Amino acid sequence: MSNPFFENQQHVTRRHFLGKLSVGLGSAALGTLLTKDLFSPKKSLEESIMAGIPHFAPKAKRVIYLFQNGAPSQLESFDYKPLLNKMVGQELPASIRGAQRLTGMTSGQDKFPLVGSKFAFNQYGQNGTWISEIFPNIAKIADDICVIKTLHTEAINHDPALTFFQSGAQQGNRPSMGAWLSYGLGNENSNLPAYSVLLSRGKGNGQGVYSKLWTNGFLDSVHQGVQFSNSDEPILYLENPEGVDAVTRRKMLDKLAMLNDENYKEFGDPEIQSRVQQYEMAYRMQTAVPEMMDLSKEPDYIVNMYGAESMVPGTYAANCLLARRLSESGVRFVQLYHQGWDQHGNLYNEMAGQAMDVDRASAALVQDLKQRGLLDETLVIWGGEFGRTNFCQGNFSEDNYGRDHHPRCFSIWMAGGGVKPGISYGETDEFGYNIVKDPVHVHDFHATVLHLLGLDHEKLIYKHLGRRFRLTDVAGKVIPGIIA
Amino acid sequence: MLKNKLVLIGSVGLVCVIGTVLYNFTSGNASDSTELVDYNLHVRPILSDKCFACHGPDAKARQGGLRLDIADSAYASLKENPSMHGIKPKDRDKSGVWLRIISEDPDLMMPPPKANLALSADEIDILGKWIDQGAVYKPHWAFLPPKKAEIPKVKKKKWPKNEIDYFVLAEMEKRGLSPSDQADPERLLKRISLDLTGLVPNIKDQEGFLKNPSTENYKKEINKLLASPHYGEKMAISWMDLARYADSHGYQDDGLRTMWPWRDWVIHAFNKNYSYKKFVSWQIAGDFIAPNNKEAILATGFNRNHKITQEGGVIQEEYRTEYVTDRTNTFSKSFLGLTMECAKCHDHKYDPISQEEYFKTFAFFNQVDEKGLVGDISLGSLADPPLIKISKKEVNELLKFINLQDTIVSVMVMKDLEQRRPTHILRRGQYDQPDRTVGFGLPEAVLPYDTVKFSPNRKGLSDWMFDDNNPLVARVFVNRVWENFFGRGLVKTSGDFGLQGDLPSHLALLDWLAVDFKEHNWDIKRLVRQIVSSATYQQAANVSQEKIKKDPENIWLSRAPRLRLPAELIKDLILASSGLLIPEIGGPSVKSYQPDGIWESTTSGRGQLATYIQDHGKSLYRRGIYNFIKRTAPPPSMLTFDGPPRDQCEISRSRTNTPLQALILLNDPMINEAARVFAEKLIVEKKGSVDELIGVAFRRIVCRKAKSNEVSALADFYKEQYQYFISKAGQAEKVLNQGEYPHEKLKDKNEVAALALTILTIYNLEESISKT
Repeated sequence: MSNPFFENQQHVTRRHFLGKLSVGLGSAALGTLLTKDLFSPKKSLEESIMAGIPHFAPKAKRVIYLFQNGAPSQLESFDYKPLLNKMVGQELPASIRGAQRLTGMTSGQDKFPLVGSKFAFNQYGQNGTWISEIFPNIAKIADDICVIKTLHTEAINHDPALTFFQSGAQQGNRPSMGAWLSYGLGNENSNLPAYSVLLSRGKGNGQGVYSKLWTNGFLDSVHQGVQFSNSDEPILYLENPEGVDAVTRRKMLDKLAMLNDENYKEFGDPEIQSRVQQYEMAYRMQTAVPEMMDLSKEPDYIVNMYGAESMVPGTYAANCLLARRLSESGVRFVQLYHQGWDQHGNLYNEMAGQAMDVDRASAALVQDLKQRGLLDETLVIWGGEFGRTNFCQGNFSEDNYGRDHHPRCFSIWMAGGGVKPGISYGETDEFGYNIVKDPVHVHDFHATVLHLLGLDHEKLIYKHLGRRFRLTDVAGKVIPGIIA
Repeated sequence: MLKNKLVLIGSVGLVCVIGTVLYNFTSGNASDSTELVDYNLHVRPILSDKCFACHGPDAKARQGGLRLDIADSAYASLKENPSMHGIKPKDRDKSGVWLRIISEDPDLMMPPPKANLALSADEIDILGKWIDQGAVYKPHWAFLPPKKAEIPKVKKKKWPKNEIDYFVLAEMEKRGLSPSDQADPERLLKRISLDLTGLVPNIKDQEGFLKNPSTENYKKEINKLLASPHYGEKMAISWMDLARYADSHGYQDDGLRTMWPWRDWVIHAFNKNYSYKKFVSWQIAGDFIAPNNKEAILATGFNRNHKITQEGGVIQEEYRTEYVTDRTNTFSKSFLGLTMECAKCHDHKYDPISQEEYFKTFAFFNQVDEKGLVGDISLGSLADPPLIKISKKEVNELLKFINLQDTIVSVMVMKDLEQRRPTHILRRGQYDQPDRTVGFGLPEAVLPYDTVKFSPNRKGLSDWMFDDNNPLVARVFVNRVWENFFGRGLVKTSGDFGLQGDLPSHLALLDWLAVDFKEHNWDIKRLVRQIVSSATYQQAANVSQEKIKKDPENIWLSRAPRLRLPAELIKDLILASSGLLIPEIGGPSVKSYQPDGIWESTTSGRGQLATYIQDHGKSLYRRGIYNFIKRTAPPPSMLTFDGPPRDQCEISRSRTNTPLQALILLNDPMINEAARVFAEKLIVEKKGSVDELIGVAFRRIVCRKAKSNEVSALADFYKEQYQYFISKAGQAEKVLNQGEYPHEKLKDKNEVAALALTILTIYNLEESISKT
């Protein structure tokens, strides 16, 4: 795996090592923070894959993915269907429902009464993008975002649908999007993880997340998403134990380096040198990460943009602000999850609450990136794992209704990073049940995101157990209609 | 449309055009025209990797009717132009394949540019020569039953200690390599102790062996270690990965399950040295083989270790199908070394496995009396039917190997329906797209499923596996055992013996070992003994410049590998050397120190595992194999050190080297506690000079005597720290505030703290966590 010969010739000094790390876009996996072996020769296949990167000029350099975990209803957010309000209580026509399968939660229902959004919709921005009243701040950035109304997926349950969105497969241990980007593009910052994960939770019905969502799958574990927490220790085991200060730690590392070097002289194994380098990087992370997490130096006008909650660690707002800081520092892929969007019942109250959590900070993030001149090179994505049914789940009343899972169409939005701003893409039928124009499959979505980052989804491959794997499996096409 | 192109290529005009752009052969090593090209060695890897996806076993994906994995099909004349062939032996110009691969016309060239599979100059060269030399096809090596080759002749006759060494040395000598010296006794003892028990030798063991490291004593060490109950624990670690063992059900709610008695059985079976045949056939079909033996039934838990959903609202059949799929895939990967899962949705693209054969295999695992969703998480089901209940009485009388503390425990096992459930081929592998039904069977290319010989159930499946003519089962296991010792299998892709897998580096050795293993009743301890008794295994791990140049990856085994310890063994090392280890075998998995919030921030909020409730007392000091694994949030120390999340069957782990590992080794409370306790105990028990105490600690952790410059460097650090703690009152107490293990009452806290940090430094040496 490693190339001891090369290593021996280099007999790397720390300076050389640091110099080697500051590499930018397209410099293969070398620049990843958590690099397994900086000087290993790639297998010829891997080498040829990496040699071609970027496959074309990238529009985006980094991604911030605001995942709305649990699947927010498109019908109360971005897909305005007045017909449903007119037909409240009436049965969903069988011709519209077609062969769509139902989850075990509604398959027993004998009625499928339509229900319209209790929230009012208005048009915003130059192109009159429809946005529901519970997203007043996102409405203000209508000219910056591209709403896709015709996402569709294959799974109808949370776990497989989330896994599909993250990894291109419903089952199995495949690498997630961030891992693929870390593998393909490396990192821009040597002191922070290339793939960072931030979690928050709203009051709505939640479904949990799983570490497999940010797994490296069969890629090296250096591409694994690193979960930041809102505790005193933002990255696990980052802090020195009680009573051990930075000076002591430095002295210990110097002794370790010296003793390891002795051992290297005896064995000549480059893994020993590599281990020393990883300790140095860990040491630098101990300074870099807390600095990154310290939001106290953010000026008031920024805090105002994201809202007061942004000063409360672990909130969605704080994570949005942190996401900007990470991204600004060169972190390739920042993945947020906000839990609580699974409104099988009590949709009206829960969804209003969830929207309160995320509306202001999501919009602030886009505006903040824009004012820093970073929006052009940062792709922001907002959305869940599937949509919700246009009919009511459970007991129907006009004030309190719920919606089941609906994979056939749902809405997400993207901003920056080479995406066409201020447009709505795709159309669903007037029932909000089926796509009538411009469908975007999850594989297409992945292909397009990779494209924006300068990667051809058919060429970013990894050979594992005899097969060439891609994020897009064996499908996916780039959607030119949303690319600026 | 492609068909039309193939017609075109056959036309004389085009041949001339292509003739003018004939490939320029300038490649280096393969340009010797006298060199013989071998199908299995040189040609098939190219064809498989670059051509078979569209011109291979998958009938539906086949383009232009051209099939290149079978000689007759490849040689056939092209329908549209009978004077042309796919491949015409010894005639490049009549070989359509050749003309297409040298074409530079993007519409004609193969592989097509769209496929992103360009052939390299060397590869084209090899294919050309292969055609010149007669385009001879050979069967895939792994599908032919292994045969014992003669032991090769070697020049360095004194080196070999057993048969393994002849095979290894012969390959070295072919390449101008020579074996390394035998490893020094201390390192050899550490290596063999780690490899056989996963635990480092204590100082008494080290001294005993060092006094007389004779071959005889080395044998005694082997015997002692193989007889240790910790041998079973060590062997079980990789079996847990393969069997995707976990303590939770997986999927979003991820509730508690109790499969640990099955894990206890695995450890027991290795310790009792069940033959591989018994060990595996009980796991596959214990309910058929010994229906009245509860132990055999328990063994079938292997096939119930897969994830099970508790998500309300799932479609039953979708998930039931998923479970059967998991069993089928785990079976093929673990025992056949084949990626059969590719054939679930379509015929396999590389290996001769049809979709029909996939579902015939699927049929064996499709008979379980089970549901996709038994009950939601609120019911807290620890085991979904079929299951067995094991009582304390049964444990006391029969199943003594189960470390049962409660009165009763439920374990999921295999039990088939009374009435056979029909198995359909599922179109595109979709549970709701059933096609025609199929019976029981297995891939013909491996070994035909003779229904006279093999019964139509898992018992038959097990007989098929251990049939004399099965070419894969012994090889795959022997290879995996080899990988456990050397870090790399004789077939590097230990999970893929198919056409896309790597060729064996030492085919003759692999086959010799596989046959020998079968001939000796699939005796696992015997196989392990053979490996560790070999001179190959006992070499030093030092890397010389010359060896690096000739063999950077150490494929030819002219030195021992240096390997970082797996996650579990790092914990074991720290607990054992500090004296904290509780060497108890088996029982419910343990929840040791873990940073706050890992479970809480990911959970759906439902079920018993929503919050992490840490164990206390002796549970904190159990071996790594007993770490509680919650699938959606496995212990971070496991994941960071490359342990798999146990979502699915994994054959081997990668070995990375990352800063997150450094952070764990420096800052994990478990390690800091061990350093603290170790320091306290040393001071209480040894009462020596600083140098002596450091020497003892070093020896217990690194398993060799420290060199004087090592001791002095560490002693300098100690003294510095000691002074520092004197200068900063109260700091030592802080450092010592680590872990729940009771403190020794010692006066000089500064001394203890300085020693604890010195021990922490030793734990962090690269050599400490390496097998050298």
